[in-house]
Amino acid sequence: MKLLTGNDLASGAVTWWTGSGWSLHVEEAADVGDQGDSILATEEAARRVNAPYIIDAVSTPQGPRPAHIKDRVRALGPTVRLDLTLKPADPAAGNWVI
Amino acid sequence: MYKYDQYDQAIVDARVDEFRDQVRRRMAGEMTEDQFKPLRLMNGLYLQLHAYMLRVAIPYGTLDSRQMRMLAHIARKYDRDYGHFTTRQNIQYNWIKLEDAGDILADLATVEMHAIQTSGNCIRNISSDQYAGAAADEITDPRPWAELLRQWSTFHPEFSYLPRKFKIAVIAADEDRAAMRLHDIGIQLVERDGKLGAAFYVGGGMGRTPMVAPLIKDFVPIEDFLSYSEACLRVYNRYGRRDNIYKARIKILIHELGAEKYAAEVEQEFAHVKSLGIDPPAAELERIAAFFAPPAFEAGIADSVDRNDPDFAVWLDQNVKAHKQPGYAIVNISLKKTGDIPGDASSAQIDVMADIAKDYSFDELRVTHAQNIVLPHVAKRDLYAVWQKLVEADLAAANLDLISDIIACPGLDYCSLANARSIPVAQKIAKRFADPVRQRDLGELKLKISGCINACGHHHAGHIGILGVDKKGTENYQLSLGGSGAEDTSIGKITGPGFDEDGIVDAVERVTDKFIQLREGDERFLDTYRRVGFDPFKEAIYG
Repeated sequence: MKLLTGNDLASGAVTWWTGSGWSLHVEEAADVGDQGDSILATEEAARRVNAPYIIDAVSTPQGPRPAHIKDRVRALGPTVRLDLTLKPADPAAGNWVI
Repeated sequence: MYKYDQYDQAIVDARVDEFRDQVRRRMAGEMTEDQFKPLRLMNGLYLQLHAYMLRVAIPYGTLDSRQMRMLAHIARKYDRDYGHFTTRQNIQYNWIKLEDAGDILADLATVEMHAIQTSGNCIRNISSDQYAGAAADEITDPRPWAELLRQWSTFHPEFSYLPRKFKIAVIAADEDRAAMRLHDIGIQLVERDGKLGAAFYVGGGMGRTPMVAPLIKDFVPIEDFLSYSEACLRVYNRYGRRDNIYKARIKILIHELGAEKYAAEVEQEFAHVKSLGIDPPAAELERIAAFFAPPAFEAGIADSVDRNDPDFAVWLDQNVKAHKQPGYAIVNISLKKTGDIPGDASSAQIDVMADIAKDYSFDELRVTHAQNIVLPHVAKRDLYAVWQKLVEADLAAANLDLISDIIACPGLDYCSLANARSIPVAQKIAKRFADPVRQRDLGELKLKISGCINACGHHHAGHIGILGVDKKGTENYQLSLGGSGAEDTSIGKITGPGFDEDGIVDAVERVTDKFIQLREGDERFLDTYRRVGFDPFKEAIYG
């Protein structure tokens, strides 16, 4: 599957295209198939996302999992500061990245 | 400490206003990201994995308590309550919002700080010896000369669009504490026949193609300091490659041209530059130097220290260094407590260090390229009180230059360029060697980790170096041995196939075990490695 990701222009936060908007949570990301480039162009022009790009991911029961570790780190947050990630209460959250 | 004059302040204030307007225009959609990116980078604002990252310049690593408190304030108000001290003697904030950038720069400007030239293909923050003005072995304080270079290079119209970024270090002692020969230009102030001058080493660097800078000129009279620097840059600007980013640094130019040919070109250019009259008049040099006059040291104070507290005595032996002034000492604050993230400090810790500097170190602090903090001028009678305050703030790790005093770049946990995480490896190694007795038995052992080939973690210069690479989508770590960033500068040699995260920790331990077997007398790891060579260690690592 293909996902669209980028950063929020004002905050810089990592965001994921859900099919109708942008979410902080990769679990909500939608498969954009071969529509990535056109969505990317529209959304970037409207400044709803900054520096977006298309990535490969695999579908899992828990939701999409980016293929590359760099995007998994982006999706979670720094593995060395779990308190600053999107799952601060989960001590095993870093395992999802690796 | 240098204090801004009206021109310095006007420049910085104007830049704040300019960047605030650029941010406004970007947020309003009047600029695309492609148009905005070079502008934000000129103000130290990167877009990293999780957010914008702001790199703030700390000229030659020197700052006062007022500036240090401002760094804490920014961490608290605009970031997530911590900052990361870097191998360029700067500080980075990892969670900056674009909409706050103008306010942050305005706050920094109130304490004579900025983020100018912390990115881009320009002359970056000038680095120096963290013991400048305090070290017994220096011939003069190098910081007035670093400050002169700062003023000369700030917005220098010729050198704002160099082929690549450009890093300069200035030292004034034979012991190199600034990795001087691993800079684009490394300058060592020297004396000859009673006159001050400068030895210029040009074309060093780490990154993809590590090189130790060759000596280009052994003595430049100090009155030619700026003209000769300008000539070095001009020759690079003229001949440096712009067609290939990987071959654009000055080290590649000098490697391809040859040091002698480059030096000859510089001499020719220098003859012209000298006629332009850019070297400052003596009065201006004296004005700058006056800001770095020694503080009002007390004469005749106690030169001994009560060592009755054993924990204090360990810290004293490991983290406190000799000062040129009797009765005083240089205190190193390690930001490498076992399990900590190298170089990170909370806003509360930054405030504590500022308070201690104000009360006990003539209001001065230094940031080191090893990601630690220095209190340069502490009276020996105050050392115990300082140590107690550091203990309270969790800042009293007694491991300076030991295996757990690891340099590590932010790596893949934060950096968009990284291929592998650096920090977890540093943490695991520090935990493996957590026993302080074992660490001290190993002695000086500089371990440095980079998460990509750009080498921000100085792995090439590590006695033991680790480079994280991407191996078919998984993190892999290469080991190298025998590097040094000191006066005996050398580039480490890669041992062979890489390891996973746990494997690299085991490999490091096999190296240190072998060292214990092989060392003679009080040899450091590097001494033993250089005596016995690479093979015994390779055999120990791979069997």
